[in-house]
Amino acid sequence: MRFRIDKLGVVIAALLAYGAFLAPFANFRANRIVPGEARSIIEALPAGLGAAFLAFAVVAVVLIVAKTPTLFRLVLGLVALLALAILIGLAAGHLTPPENTYARVSPASGFWLTSFAFALVTTDALARLKLSPLARVALLAAVAAAAAALLMSGVWDGLSILKEYGSRAETFWLEASRHVVLALGSLAAAVLVGLPLGILCHRVEALRAGVLNVLNIIQTIPSIALFGLLIAPLGWIALNVPGAAAIGIRGIGAAPAFVALFLYSLLPVVANTVVGLAGVPRDANDAARGIGMTDRQRLFGVELPLAFPVILTGIRIVLVQNIGLATIAALIGGGGFGVFVFQGIGQTAMDLVLLGAVPTVALAFAAAIVLDAATELSSNKPGRAA
Amino acid sequence: MKRLLPNLLRLAVLVILIAFLLQPMLFEPLLKPLVQANAPAVYNQGSLLSLTLSHLATVFTATLAATIVAVGLAILVTRPIGAEFLPLSRSLVNIGQTFPPVAVLALAVPAVGFGEKPTLIALFLYGLLPIFENAMTGLSTLPPAIVEAARGTGMTAWQRLIKVELPLALPVILAGIRLSVTISLATATIGSTVAAKTLGEVIIAGLQSNNLAFVLQGGLVVAVLAVLIYDAFSAVERVLSRRAGRV
Repeated sequence: MRFRIDKLGVVIAALLAYGAFLAPFANFRANRIVPGEARSIIEALPAGLGAAFLAFAVVAVVLIVAKTPTLFRLVLGLVALLALAILIGLAAGHLTPPENTYARVSPASGFWLTSFAFALVTTDALARLKLSPLARVALLAAVAAAAAALLMSGVWDGLSILKEYGSRAETFWLEASRHVVLALGSLAAAVLVGLPLGILCHRVEALRAGVLNVLNIIQTIPSIALFGLLIAPLGWIALNVPGAAAIGIRGIGAAPAFVALFLYSLLPVVANTVVGLAGVPRDANDAARGIGMTDRQRLFGVELPLAFPVILTGIRIVLVQNIGLATIAALIGGGGFGVFVFQGIGQTAMDLVLLGAVPTVALAFAAAIVLDAATELSSNKPGRAA
Repeated sequence: MKRLLPNLLRLAVLVILIAFLLQPMLFEPLLKPLVQANAPAVYNQGSLLSLTLSHLATVFTATLAATIVAVGLAILVTRPIGAEFLPLSRSLVNIGQTFPPVAVLALAVPAVGFGEKPTLIALFLYGLLPIFENAMTGLSTLPPAIVEAARGTGMTAWQRLIKVELPLALPVILAGIRLSVTISLATATIGSTVAAKTLGEVIIAGLQSNNLAFVLQGGLVVAVLAVLIYDAFSAVERVLSRRAGRV
């Protein structure tokens, strides 16, 4: 076999070599606020393990630069990422002096760069393999299960982010559920309102431009301002509408955040419903009319099913966007993972920021994968030509 | 002149915006009803004009960087030499979009410190996807007859790119930049949570002191800027695509 060079591989290998050999692997701090001291991979790991990983990195560099089969690269990337995940946990145990509860160990640039390089190998292999939607979701589930197993096993317990978690486990799950309720609840409300509104805009042309323009303008209002502007009207409703306060409508807190997310979600839902319905082939509609379907039957039996993939794309945009925006709810007392992010920024405690940011990114990422897969599945249904 | 009325409206909005930024006190009576008796109705912790200018500068810098990288990347992966980078760049740019801006901001702080830099990084990452997607579409859907003709007249690959492909793709690329700028204008306000000088400062000051007038003026200035810039881009695109014959 001839040795051929993978151009992309050269770039990734350079990154990997720098991350593994030159950059520090872990950061050690005497307590959670002081600046850290860098530790190389040899210092950070118990006897021999660091050297073993460096040897593995050398082999990996060669394998990545060479044109190796795509499936092989995928396995290499995944195995390396798993190994790194376990090693950083071991490093935390190794670096923390026994009986010391103040010391913090966190991953440093070398760990992140090495992981990033292997994540690139994995991502590139996945993009080339063009896995089926179900296979992608299965892989996501496997990765999530592996992460859960690592969390349960206690390998990561010595890491600073889990120490932050340890001291506020209860709040964490409370904020997590608030975050999910905010993101999903506002999405559900937006679909309930946006779908009929989109259908209406499709049917009544006079309405279309006006509604879409208003929704477009709402999108230009910065999220923190919209959250703030809703405080006053909702506070007024809570005071003056009987029963409103009883169901949790208040000026500050989750209610304005929910309404703001709902307003932002409307545009993608309505716009995609309109585009989806407009894209229904005229023949399909004519045929439906020809066999004597009523307007209602045509809508539910023909138009909506055909427009479904486009509507689903809108829902994917909304969900990923909402999961991210829900972090801002914390600024107006609405809870969610943003609580940890902003507390962390305030205390310049980056581990606390990570405790809020990592689950948010993971959630958004998982939502994108699942909904992309769903969109692809729904548009590949047999009998659909376009 | 069907466009006369909307254009007059835009001009009026622009004049009001400039008047507000230069002489905010003129608008005090309008904002007064929104605050409690003795609270200030117009932002008084700094100049609105300088905040607006630094807001625009931040967005401009981030978008410029995102445009250079995204268009460069799109050119690279649409040439035969860079085809190997196509799948990965596509996934990466897509993944960049799933990172919430607050998370990017917060994670960038330990690396680059508080201030403008984390905001620039977040806006840059966020701006990439729309520009890259559009540049890819623009460069890969050129009319084959024109590209063939350019080849036939003996143009080198570089000449074809500069004289034919990029000018033809320009309206589509501009549409991507327009989307990216509109998103960035709103997202930049979040940068003020990590001490960037943007209009977010006005909004956050309003949230902290429960001053609705501050929140409203900060939010409105950003929204008006976004609408005006969006319209300006659309107008330029129309002119360019008429020239490129794409319409």
